[in-house]
Amino acid sequence: MTGTFLGALVLAALAAVPLLSPPDYLMHLLITALLTALAGTGWAMMGRFGLVSFGHGAFLGVAAYTMALLWNEAGLTPWLGIPIGMAVAVAAGVLLGYPAFRLRVVGHYFALVTLAAGEIVRILIVALREHTGGSLGMTPAKAPDGGAFLAMQFDKAGFWWIALLAWAGGLVAWRMLDRSMSSKALAAIAEDEDAAASIGIRVTAEKLKVTVISVALAALAGALTAQYRQYLNPESLAGLGISLQIVFGAIAGGMYVPFGPTIGALITIGLEEGLRIFFGTELTGAAPLVYGLLLVLFMLYLPRGIAGLFERRAKRSPAAKPAPVTA
Amino acid sequence: MDPFFLEALVNGILLGGVFALPALGLNLVFGVVDVVWLCYAELVMVGMYAVWFLHTQAGWPLWLAFAACLPVVALLGLLLHLLVVRPLLNSPPINQVLATGGVLFVLQGAATLVFSTEFRSLGVDMPPMEVGEVFVSGTKLAAFVAALTGAGILWAFLKFTYVGTAIRAIARDREVMPLMGVDPQRIYLIASAVGGALAGLAACLLVVQLDVHPFVGLSFGPITFMICVMGGLGNMLGGFLAAFLMGLIISVGGFWGTTEFSYVVAFAFFILVMFLRPKGLFAR
Repeated sequence: MTGTFLGALVLAALAAVPLLSPPDYLMHLLITALLTALAGTGWAMMGRFGLVSFGHGAFLGVAAYTMALLWNEAGLTPWLGIPIGMAVAVAAGVLLGYPAFRLRVVGHYFALVTLAAGEIVRILIVALREHTGGSLGMTPAKAPDGGAFLAMQFDKAGFWWIALLAWAGGLVAWRMLDRSMSSKALAAIAEDEDAAASIGIRVTAEKLKVTVISVALAALAGALTAQYRQYLNPESLAGLGISLQIVFGAIAGGMYVPFGPTIGALITIGLEEGLRIFFGTELTGAAPLVYGLLLVLFMLYLPRGIAGLFERRAKRSPAAKPAPVTA
Repeated sequence: MDPFFLEALVNGILLGGVFALPALGLNLVFGVVDVVWLCYAELVMVGMYAVWFLHTQAGWPLWLAFAACLPVVALLGLLLHLLVVRPLLNSPPINQVLATGGVLFVLQGAATLVFSTEFRSLGVDMPPMEVGEVFVSGTKLAAFVAALTGAGILWAFLKFTYVGTAIRAIARDREVMPLMGVDPQRIYLIASAVGGALAGLAACLLVVQLDVHPFVGLSFGPITFMICVMGGLGNMLGGFLAAFLMGLIISVGGFWGTTEFSYVVAFAFFILVMFLRPKGLFAR
């Protein structure tokens, strides 16, 4: 109960941020960080149970392009377009996930199947260039006068609130999953699928459930990101590059605790901007170089991410439970 | 038969030859070390830059640049194993894959810093040859022959040398071989170097066909992984055959539709194969 109260308090405090009228640039970074965090949270929902997807970028893209195309070509408001986009992405996820889980495509094979799926979406977006603008990307049509609300084209403050709600929704979903039997079942499946099945855990159903949640969150993040930027392109919304970046954020922050992916998003956004300011735009290569190096170092020395540092400390105190429990 | 269709078939086989080399290298490393090098295509990219730099900037003759490319990438493979893979040998597989994914970013970033994002072309081309009614690109044919030669040398190395036998044995049974007096660490090192050298050879073949830029790996990396998985991870013969299958699908698909759709078909085919034969087309 106190946890819920504290959460609401923090949320209210964060919601008040635009009232301090921070500089636009800072708001931009914060919004981007929240949306990145949401995508990472979605990915980690599966990732922490050993379902490592290298194709999550695709779900961002499916939802974002569905939403933008519905707006541009049918005039459907993104308020409806986003849920529809999420539904389409979830359908794609189930379409891929069901046979994969049923036929026990696991481990490396699962990672590579999702990688292929991500690439298919990226290439499809490029190939359908008459509608999507191909590699050049597309912009949602400008709202008519007075229609900004319907077009979901807000100023920074408006997007801050939307992103905040979506991000909080992701954390709530995480918490609810953690409190359900499903998280125990999934942990058992991650340990040993055969053993889990033998004690009556419905492996395919449990995996599908977490996939649906994970894809829905990633899809929401993708649609909102596109809507916030008012620009969509295949490289930043589908394919291996963005998928690996999502993974990196979640891993760096720590994928076993709810705030891990958010810490990761702050790190990646901070790093990217820091490098850009420090080195200037001509040294664009520096950012992936540092990312990659950090990813390797994290895997070598801190595989549970930044959040893993705190976990270890918590474990030492006698009252703490060994498993990462949400606060 | 329609000569254009025939040409698509021939091109598919030639393309398969180019895919075959990186697929062999990846499968060799996976089969022996049991780690997926997610950055394999980026090793090839470094090799392509090495050839481009040595030939057009340092003015080396092409054959010398090619010859230098192999040890350079082999060394890179060694370093990758020593610095990244070896410390993670006892980690969960996913940590290993992610670490090599980090190396992917490192290599892309380093290439951008050093060479910028500009597309670099070697500017070498061989005249097309006419065989019957079909025109065959000279560069592609040469690359194909070189790929087959490389695969043949690898086969002979694995089949007839002591080290090759040890490599095959350790791929078969990781637990027993150390008891037979084979030092697995040494074998891992050798396999990584050979895997690197194969990436170097693939780089030589690709650099004459593609312009090199820091993200060139993304254009053939995913397909290489799919080929390996389709043939069965670690199954070298399977990967080799799957490379030609994939080459044919892409080429023939491109004959009926656009190139992009041919890739979509190829990837969809891959997903289908995964569902029908999760351990690969040629799983025993």
